[in-house]
Amino acid sequence: MKRPLRYGVLFGLLAGAVGWWATAPERVPEAQFAALRGDVARGEIVFWAGGCAACHSPPQAEGTDRIVLSGGRSFVSDFGTFYAPNISPDPEHGLGTWKTGDLANAMLHGTSPAGQHYYPAFPYTSYARASPQDVADLWTFLQTLPASDIPSKAHEVGFPFSIRRALGGWKILFGGPPRILTGNLSPEAARGRDLVEGLGHCGECHSPRNALGGIDYDRWLGGAPNPSGKGKIPNITPAKLDWSETDLVEYFTSGFTPEYDSAGGEMAEVVQNLAHLPLADRQAIAAYLKAVPAVE
Amino acid sequence: MKVISKCVLAAAFVTGLGSAVFAENDAATDSVIKARQGQMQLYAHNLGLLGGMAKGAVPYNADAAKAAASSLVLLTQLDASRLWPQGSDEMSADNTRALPDLWDNQDDVMKKAMALSEAAAAMEIASGTSLESLQGAMGPLGGACGGCHKAYRAPEN
Repeated sequence: MKRPLRYGVLFGLLAGAVGWWATAPERVPEAQFAALRGDVARGEIVFWAGGCAACHSPPQAEGTDRIVLSGGRSFVSDFGTFYAPNISPDPEHGLGTWKTGDLANAMLHGTSPAGQHYYPAFPYTSYARASPQDVADLWTFLQTLPASDIPSKAHEVGFPFSIRRALGGWKILFGGPPRILTGNLSPEAARGRDLVEGLGHCGECHSPRNALGGIDYDRWLGGAPNPSGKGKIPNITPAKLDWSETDLVEYFTSGFTPEYDSAGGEMAEVVQNLAHLPLADRQAIAAYLKAVPAVE
Repeated sequence: MKVISKCVLAAAFVTGLGSAVFAENDAATDSVIKARQGQMQLYAHNLGLLGGMAKGAVPYNADAAKAAASSLVLLTQLDASRLWPQGSDEMSADNTRALPDLWDNQDDVMKKAMALSEAAAAMEIASGTSLESLQGAMGPLGGACGGCHKAYRAPEN
């Protein structure tokens, strides 16, 4: 009886050690990112494509206040309430002391400079599909924005979701594939894929999730309940979205639907961001949406 | 008989109470909600022509475009003081998505209404000038519509 017990304990310890090792926050190779030089103009496009302002600008910010990334907006979910942090260049309350590699760890691995897992309310599951150069460009642009000394608010997350280490397991389970739509794509649709699956993080809201908050990639962009509890986020696959590409581009530019209603709620914010992109990028997003499999 | 009539009375009372709780809007509330939605329809109708031209679905015609844009300007000038009474928000009334926040932020609502007026006026000039300037004015106009729809309209169910 003693032996199996001893083996059991040994196995338990081993499994624990493997688990601890496997859930360790990942990091990018620091030297690679230190060597990258960012471009401000390209960084601004990455900024609007990534929709950073939609979450990190102050609540209800309009106009030029939308680029003061002092944070503070709240995001209610089944797991607790998350508050977008200050990501302005303030050295104390923002990212003033960060380096390119820190932003890369955050966006590509969901890892903080202190080596903690971020909660996936920050859509690194999608941002992980951005290129290293995108991150370097964005970092250069972010540093040009106004600093704010408003302190970040702590998230209100209850046990067991408060155990951040467990997010290492979440990342392994739900990180998702590097590309969701595979096969031969036109260069336009391929650019659209980079924008929709990566920086644009469209699937974060438009795809359903399982009980643990992992995206259901079999129903990619197939619509989902609104995490706020009110209303539904629509299915934007060709099964339901029958707008022409011209209509889609108009919507991404002015917010007008083919019936000349206008975008509301969170999507109005998304349109404000998309309107800053070059026309070719909005056309690329439309081309991609026409190419994804229909989800009934 | 007495017991039965009491039961009938009680049932009628309960039904009455029930229908009071799930009431249809009263006639006055119904009227304002329909009226303001009608105003929105008129916006959409005129935007439809401008948008059709912007997308290339309708051939550009400066006079027709300007007439539609002038109608938009007129729509922004309608007296709205009787269109948004207290108690006609989505929590208090049926068939509307207007959030109660709209009534709590009158200054901001006025600011956004002014922004819409300005965007419509800009479209009036742009639409009569050239197709390119009409196309350029669509974004700011849509943004001005979205200003209120973002903050003060509940999502579709």
